[in-house]
Amino acid sequence: MSNLTYLEAIREAIQEVMQKDENIFLIGEDIGLYGGSFGLTSGLFAEFGAERVRDTPISESVIIGTAVGSAITGMRPILEIMFSDFTGCGMDQIMNQAAKIRYMFGGKAKVPMVLRTATGGGAGFGPHHSQSLEAIFAHIPGLKVVMPSCPYDAKGLFISAVYDNNPVIFLEHKVLYKSKKYAQEVPKGIYTIPLGKGEIKRPGKDISIVATSYMVQKSLEAAEILQKDKQIDCEIIDLRTIKPLDIDIVLESVKKTGKLICVEEACSFGGFMGEVVAQVMEKGFDYLDAPAIRIASSNNPVPYSHILEEEMIPSVDKIKDRILSVLSKN
Amino acid sequence: MKENLLIKGKTTDLKEYKIADRFKDLEKSKKIEILKKMYQIRYFENEVEHFILKGEIYGTCHLYIGEEANAVGAISAIKHNDWIVSHHRGHGHCIAKDSDLNFMMSELIGKGNGYCKGKGGSMHIADMDKYNLGANGIVGGGMGIAVGAALTNKLKKNDGVVICFIGDASTNNGIFHESVNIASIWNLPLIYFCENNQYGMSTPIISSTNIEKISDRKASYGIVGLTIDGNNVVEVYNVVSHFAELCRKGKGPILIESLTYRWKGHSKHDSQIYRTKDEVERWKEYDPILRYKNHLIEENTVTAGEVLEIEKKVIEEIKNAADFAEKSAYPELKELETDVYAD
Ligand SMILES: Cc1ncc(C[n+]2csc(CCOP(=O)(O)OP(=O)(O)O)c2C)c(N)n1
Ligand SMILES: [Mg+2]
Repeated sequence: MSNLTYLEAIREAIQEVMQKDENIFLIGEDIGLYGGSFGLTSGLFAEFGAERVRDTPISESVIIGTAVGSAITGMRPILEIMFSDFTGCGMDQIMNQAAKIRYMFGGKAKVPMVLRTATGGGAGFGPHHSQSLEAIFAHIPGLKVVMPSCPYDAKGLFISAVYDNNPVIFLEHKVLYKSKKYAQEVPKGIYTIPLGKGEIKRPGKDISIVATSYMVQKSLEAAEILQKDKQIDCEIIDLRTIKPLDIDIVLESVKKTGKLICVEEACSFGGFMGEVVAQVMEKGFDYLDAPAIRIASSNNPVPYSHILEEEMIPSVDKIKDRILSVLSKN
Repeated sequence: MKENLLIKGKTTDLKEYKIADRFKDLEKSKKIEILKKMYQIRYFENEVEHFILKGEIYGTCHLYIGEEANAVGAISAIKHNDWIVSHHRGHGHCIAKDSDLNFMMSELIGKGNGYCKGKGGSMHIADMDKYNLGANGIVGGGMGIAVGAALTNKLKKNDGVVICFIGDASTNNGIFHESVNIASIWNLPLIYFCENNQYGMSTPIISSTNIEKISDRKASYGIVGLTIDGNNVVEVYNVVSHFAELCRKGKGPILIESLTYRWKGHSKHDSQIYRTKDEVERWKEYDPILRYKNHLIEENTVTAGEVLEIEKKVIEEIKNAADFAEKSAYPELKELETDVYAD
């Protein structure tokens, strides 16, 4: 056990799987000696060398393509796209190649690769470095999409992603990366958290809050304040993986509380939580005693100025206020 | 590590192209303007660095110090209504294209009166009124846009030329090939001005590219391409003037590789473990501003005293821009969701 940040937990996961399995290699921009734009791969180049920690030119399309091609021929690549926004430059290789190969080949190929990338706003990086694109990935059949909220989960989910035989988009929140506030005790050695299983991060009886990634942390904070100030008991569900989606954990919770709020950082329009709400309507309408609602970002690019960025992205206060307004209407 | 070309003294392919010394005949005021712009960039970026240290630049930003001759030389050689397309290291291009220093500085610290109302920040400053199509957060993102702007010129039959500034490392992104290829078959009035500052983030261009000169890529497209000394503003001016004229006559596109060096780290956070202090110092001997200043003094265009006056004025201007930005208000919250769609 050691107290690790989110970034350190992912690095440890990479290091441990690479020590075990010669077929695993890293590929990406400035990930070698430099250790990656956020320093996540720092030290791995020294340990595993240039063959297995492969620096590339600025060529997103072929970085992803190389991962796809090597994955279907016997390797287990882990690739880094510095910011999730840059996946745009390699989107064909993701959505038309990685995602569809197994199906198109009639089930005769496997694509065991992990695409790691930094997601989300809140760090002042402006419109091209701050988007939350998970809904786009989750929409494409063939991809799995993981969004860890804390170091312990990040490591366990990452190891599962590496050993999964499908292309996994692993979305790492850049605000969580180095945050000491969210550092956690993380066990040494290999352990896995299954993809497609959510977790109740805080049990409660009054209302169900479903969240992903950084929004889980913000929701937990809002829940603590509400408990202290208003004796409101929120149940916080961390989906951890959005595809596959653990809708059962949501339904079980809503059955108990009768109320559902979904919190996501992406723009609300076409956001992933629309899917969660739709499935709850289809499978758990009778459990609800209030309309399910979503808390999400406004529908605009992520602005640079921190004043506007803070206004856009759901904050602890905003989450708390919406919970109160849902409860007060009932 | 292979030595870079400029330090080895084998920079220029100029002789092949019979490029006239048009700089020589420029009016004194224009020559001084070029010097002033280079100083503006240098001192503007110094001030930005202060803001970084004070924690007022959010996210990240990329400084242009050491590369001033590229933007100023190239942009001085085109008309005010010729479009430019910039990239993430774009402050210098804006200044060379006559952007307002106050509104630039405001944008960088996220103020509401900044060029993009605080919505874009360092990597997105654009100024349509000055024919500046903006910086870009996506490496290579401008190379598509530049083709479009050059095509507009062609379709509207004006004689405009477009300069697309790109970094050395961006030439390894796929869009470079698509962009230069299509520009070549359409003979677009487009100059790809590749600022080869030797690195893309931490990666030396010589380790991410298997040819010695980026300009050699001209062969793939059947276009003119050459490598020049990007720390010599006179040379940059002469070369771009020459090829801009050819572009206007339907003989574009052109690929110019301009050898230069960034003195500062890649962005806000950069340990710079990938290069030595000695290398940085050797490049500083090619300080583009010092070289130009000496050139002007030697050819008796200005005296050392006049240069000092210019420098002092610029320092004052930059100080004012910083004050202006600091005193300006943050954007109003109602601006958050405006400007997403046009009416
Ligand atoms: C598509 C894309 N990939 C990666 C990045 C991250 N990045 C920003 S600048 C940069 C290096 C660019 O090098 P170069 O084109 O030589 O320009 P320079 O920074 O040297 O001026 C990288 C990798 C990005 N912004 N966009
Ligand atoms: Mg470069």
